[in-house]
Amino acid sequence: MVVSEQLDAFFTEKMKDYPTQRSFLVPMLLYTQDELGYLSDEAIAYVAQKVNLDELEIRNVISYYSMLTTKPRGRYNVQVCRNICCMLRGSDEIGAHVKQRLGIAHKGTTADGMFSFEEVECIGACGWAPAMQVNYDFHENLTAGRVDEILDQYRSKSSL
Amino acid sequence: MADLVSHPDEVRVVSKRFGQGAADLDRYLAFDGYKAVQKALSLGFDGIIKEVKESNLRGRGGAGFPTGMKWSFVPKESAKPKYVLCNGDESEPGTCKDRLILEHDPHSVIEGVVIGGLSIKAKVGYIYIRGEYRYLVDIMRKAIADAYARGFLGKNIFGSGVDFDVYWHTGAGAYEVGEESALMESLEGKRGVPRIRPPFPAVVGLWGGPTIINNVETLASVPHIILGGGQWFAELGTPKNGGTRLFCLSGHVNRPGVYELPLGYNLRKMIDEVAGGVWKGHKLKAVTPGGSSTPVLTADEVDVGMDFDQLMKAGSMLGSGGVVVLDDQTCMVKYAQRIMMFYQHESCGWCIPCREGTDWLKKTLNRFHAGGGVKKDIDNIQYLAENMLGRTFCPLGDAAAMPTISIVKKFRKEFEDHLEGRPCPYEKGVVEQLPVLA
Ligand SMILES: Cc1cc2nc3c(=O)[nH]c(=O)nc-3n(C[C@H](O)[C@H](O)[C@H](O)COP(=O)(O)O)c2cc1C
Ligand code: SF4
Ligand code: FES
Repeated sequence: MVVSEQLDAFFTEKMKDYPTQRSFLVPMLLYTQDELGYLSDEAIAYVAQKVNLDELEIRNVISYYSMLTTKPRGRYNVQVCRNICCMLRGSDEIGAHVKQRLGIAHKGTTADGMFSFEEVECIGACGWAPAMQVNYDFHENLTAGRVDEILDQYRSKSSL
Repeated sequence: MADLVSHPDEVRVVSKRFGQGAADLDRYLAFDGYKAVQKALSLGFDGIIKEVKESNLRGRGGAGFPTGMKWSFVPKESAKPKYVLCNGDESEPGTCKDRLILEHDPHSVIEGVVIGGLSIKAKVGYIYIRGEYRYLVDIMRKAIADAYARGFLGKNIFGSGVDFDVYWHTGAGAYEVGEESALMESLEGKRGVPRIRPPFPAVVGLWGGPTIINNVETLASVPHIILGGGQWFAELGTPKNGGTRLFCLSGHVNRPGVYELPLGYNLRKMIDEVAGGVWKGHKLKAVTPGGSSTPVLTADEVDVGMDFDQLMKAGSMLGSGGVVVLDDQTCMVKYAQRIMMFYQHESCGWCIPCREGTDWLKKTLNRFHAGGGVKKDIDNIQYLAENMLGRTFCPLGDAAAMPTISIVKKFRKEFEDHLEGRPCPYEKGVVEQLPVLA
């Protein structure tokens, strides 16, 4: 199987919460991606079989949702909010700082596969702007200095 | 996670358990938890609807539709199952309140879903949380599991003979999915392309069954209404605008954050006192009063009570409660550009006025801010945005057009200041790549 047995069993169980087979599709794609890093051809085939739909239909759904990706990303995906409340409190500088620190552009990945970077729309941290998410972790009230500390922490976390 | 703030003018109803550990079921029970459901069971459908109508609760998701009325539209009898759908997609820029409710008081949302369900004789509710809020999905999963473990959900809840199931669900990144019909599509496992209305969800919703869709804050208000009484809640606010709201204060203020204030609270006071005034000693230039889609107010227009009707009268909207404050150093062209960039990114592409309109507006505003604007662009921006209004398949087109029109109308001079390759008067080093068009 492409995903762990545990995840597959979780999907089987969770699909019972809905009257149709495909209903859990969107979360299923996200959880599959969380485990595998991205939605590979094999992952798409697995999900298609699981919900009994054509692969094309699965790809059609994937292309709609901005968090879903069919391309590998870095281990830590750094997502800096560029929307209004963050912009007003300096997110352009934060974004530029991250890009420069990591040496990558929007949607790029570092050569060692450690980090990728993305500018994203509002992540619901407007009152604690500027903000970013690294994978699912929120980091708020950012300054360039704070960003450096945070990136270093992820770097050392992964070398443990 | 996110820091909590407070101010003496706050009236804490929905936020009263914030910071108290109420995500834990035992703590929640110590704060009147699950008493409202039990009371609702004894009130019956009509009793619940009566209280909610009396409370003058209006939807906190954006449109401000009276909740009790929405619930009463659901047909009494239905061949297909009925559903409650809680909208926790929270993605309107400026809005960060549902996040706090889901983090600090998830059981109140569950209770709200159950009570909403009881009022329409549904047996199932779904709580949809945006994909980025994974930690909140985990909190909600635990809260639901705990409630099942005590028999508060599932078969024969509180010995009433009534069965009620609540399930969690999550998105995967899409603002448009917050629109109620797109939300249902997404929950059914599809792309979030909206549905045509009528029929309205109250009649034909999830999997064809009658469905009520409400915002997290709306549903979290319901248990308090049931316990405190509709009249008590109504009196907290202004006529036809019952209760309090979680206002998300952001932008150029000294103390940003989420504050719960009575509806009708004065906007100027909110900025100057609650949020500690405009930062760095700067002056106020403009305010977006209810999330990015609402028309901006100028500094001269902020003596207004923050409720649905007063803001409507002032030419804007209360929307989702996201109050974004702009100081006098802000470039309004850039602000308009950033708003449009967002709506262009989020347009689902289904209908032409929105898909093409947001794209054209984004490109024009980009060029304009970069110094490549020509005079006729200003009228064109306004003309195009005005022609999107009411002509799109869902309200996202309006959401993109409304702030744009207000900014062009109220800050036309700032557009003129950018003309003929002049550098942005508010920023250094912005003159860039793009050529000046003749
Ligand atoms: C483009 C768009 C995005 C929306 N996003 C949200 C959202 O994130 N959360 C929300 O509660 N309502 C959102 N709404 C409003 C919903 O369509 C719906 O009116 C609301 O959930 C109803 O709940 P209420 O009556 O409790 O406000 C959005 C509407 C539009 C047009
Ligand atoms: S208005 Fe925009 S978001 Fe709504 S249906 Fe049309 S293209 Fe899609
Ligand atoms: S605008 Fe950045 S989190 Fe909302």
